[in-house]
Amino acid sequence: MQADEVDTDWAALVLRVRDHQDRAAFAALFRHFAPRVKAFLMKSGADATLAEECAQDVMATLWQKANLFDPSRASVATWVFTIARNRRIDALRKARRPEPEELPWGPEPEPDQAEVLEAQQDTERLGVALARLPEKQRALIERAFYGDLSHSEIAAETGLPLGTIKSRIRLALERLRQQMG
Amino acid sequence: MSIRHHLTDQLLMAYAAGDLPEAFNLVVATHVSLCDDCRARLASFEAVGGAMLEMADVAAMSDDSLAACMDRIDGLSQANARRPLKRAGIFPAPLADYVGGGPGKVKWRNLGMGVKQAILPTGKDASARLLYIPGGQAVPDHGHRGLELTLVLQGAFRDEKDRFGPGDVEIADEAMEHTPVAEEGEVCICLAATDAPLRFNAIIPRLAQPFLRI
Repeated sequence: MQADEVDTDWAALVLRVRDHQDRAAFAALFRHFAPRVKAFLMKSGADATLAEECAQDVMATLWQKANLFDPSRASVATWVFTIARNRRIDALRKARRPEPEELPWGPEPEPDQAEVLEAQQDTERLGVALARLPEKQRALIERAFYGDLSHSEIAAETGLPLGTIKSRIRLALERLRQQMG
Repeated sequence: MSIRHHLTDQLLMAYAAGDLPEAFNLVVATHVSLCDDCRARLASFEAVGGAMLEMADVAAMSDDSLAACMDRIDGLSQANARRPLKRAGIFPAPLADYVGGGPGKVKWRNLGMGVKQAILPTGKDASARLLYIPGGQAVPDHGHRGLELTLVLQGAFRDEKDRFGPGDVEIADEAMEHTPVAEEGEVCICLAATDAPLRFNAIIPRLAQPFLRI
């Protein structure tokens, strides 16, 4: 990672793409995420040409669906991961990917900044926790996410601190349902 | 909707990672559409994918890739943007998308004794179908080989131990011996998926076990 990227506020860049079709913001997102998506797809079995092609698709989807990104629920890395995963299923497995329906109220126009910060920091915290896992356990999680395991081979116990993320999102959903319902 | 029977962490992680057959993905996506608790748990597993993407290696993109991507974006018309899918009656959006609408659009096939089914088009590694079970009738046996998920959309069924109402998902494997029966009252409609090969002789409805009809 380049030094000037460490503190980049990726969520703010996505919102600039959403609100102003800001091409400079998009270029910064592309430079950071496209090479990671390409590497992810190659580890999932795509050759370099297909992976490059799909990474462009993924980034184009980011532009197109920026209005669906909810920075209080997911980091940009997590959101890009879900788009890349769906593209992988589509391109490599030639299968449809049914997705849960969007929440009826959509992303809040003015999300709570503390919640946004929490969600963006989850990625970093999980990265640290992943790096601390025993090698064998981390390798198993990686294989699962590269699409290399069947569901029966997956161990649901990851050893990662997912409970706090779940609780935070659960509370946010509850609050929104009360407000919007 | 008060959901009592949820998806397992194993299924949610497999869905987050993209490791499930299409038919199971459909059940997971449909249940998550109804269940905030599983939606939040799913999001926590997806965050693991995000952390992996962030940490992972990079593979250099070719020099003109950003320009090519911008061209692609400029070529996308608004018409190409898929509109968010809509719920249709008791069918959450992902299921309505497979059926092409709500319960009225299902092409049911009679199995006898008022029980009907409709197989949904999915990849061959697992199969998904809708079941229509009048009150008092047994839920068709799917053979219980492999993994089987049954999500209730309307009405309810009971087995020896438990009751499954709208939004509940029953997870069964080879080890499970049971005889679920639809409750009297509203017709029970379920979405079921299994990775066992479909055995057509095994899905003929059976008579409900007498002990459940007392």
